[in-house]
Amino acid sequence: MLNQVSLLAQAPPADVPLGWYLYLSVAMFCIGAVGVLVRRNPVVLFMCIELMLNAVNLSFLAFARYLPGLPVTLAVEDAATASTGGQIMVIFVMAVAAAEVAVGLGIIMAIFRQKNEVDVDDMSTLRG
Amino acid sequence: MNSGQIVFLILAFIAVMGALGVVGFGDKPVWSALCLVLNIFVLAFIYFTMGAQFIGITQIMVYAGAIMVLFLFVIMILKLGSREKEFKSNSWVAILGIAFSVVIVAAIGKWCLTPFMENTPLVFRNDPKLFGPPQTIGMEMFSRYVWPFEIASILLTIGIVGSILLAKRRI
Repeated sequence: MLNQVSLLAQAPPADVPLGWYLYLSVAMFCIGAVGVLVRRNPVVLFMCIELMLNAVNLSFLAFARYLPGLPVTLAVEDAATASTGGQIMVIFVMAVAAAEVAVGLGIIMAIFRQKNEVDVDDMSTLRG
Repeated sequence: MNSGQIVFLILAFIAVMGALGVVGFGDKPVWSALCLVLNIFVLAFIYFTMGAQFIGITQIMVYAGAIMVLFLFVIMILKLGSREKEFKSNSWVAILGIAFSVVIVAAIGKWCLTPFMENTPLVFRNDPKLFGPPQTIGMEMFSRYVWPFEIASILLTIGIVGSILLAKRRI
């Protein structure tokens, strides 16, 4: 009977601590958020949103990798399924990001066709 | 500091530089897009070093292959760039943004990330089948997560139809 404690006892320490991944994730998220606030080109705005989604993906994956080693009370099988669940969450985030970018760029194309310029400060109305 | 940490620091530095390039290139959206491609590739390499091969290759294919091509198409169709006033205001907004993000990163790092900074034991190191390869993810996705998978496919279909409707010249 292999429980988590014996697994933890024989597991080697990871070469990179979990906090480093989370620092990178926080930094990328903040850069993306500031970009959304500062830039005015809507395509670049979408790129900054992609940056933020990527940061969240990184933290999902880092937590999924380190979850069985964290001091939470989970059985080994539950930890395994939760760890795989984190990766599947990343795949769903990618799918939602793809759909969001397709629809958003379609909206930008439609606005450009109506007004012949794109600027987030001028997009105050959704009606054509 | 071992070799894994050195590799991670190099990759993280390139990733942050790419992210800064996305925000920083004021009048050149194509450069921003290419910086985002760099960032995405480096993130995929970080995923590879974490042992998540499937996620890494999906990242390269979906983000760098599909989404960034969409971005570049739209940038080139709309002939964006080379206009004045790409930033919302002049330099003090940029300085404020940099200060804001530095303060946020420092605060979160100090108050939220300190328990994660010591070396966490890596349980799955001994059995790499449990993390990363496509078999594990495929088994889980088509058994436990089959309904979210179907909903994601419906969402993608709606996205295709909606973007065609929005981008058409006349409906």
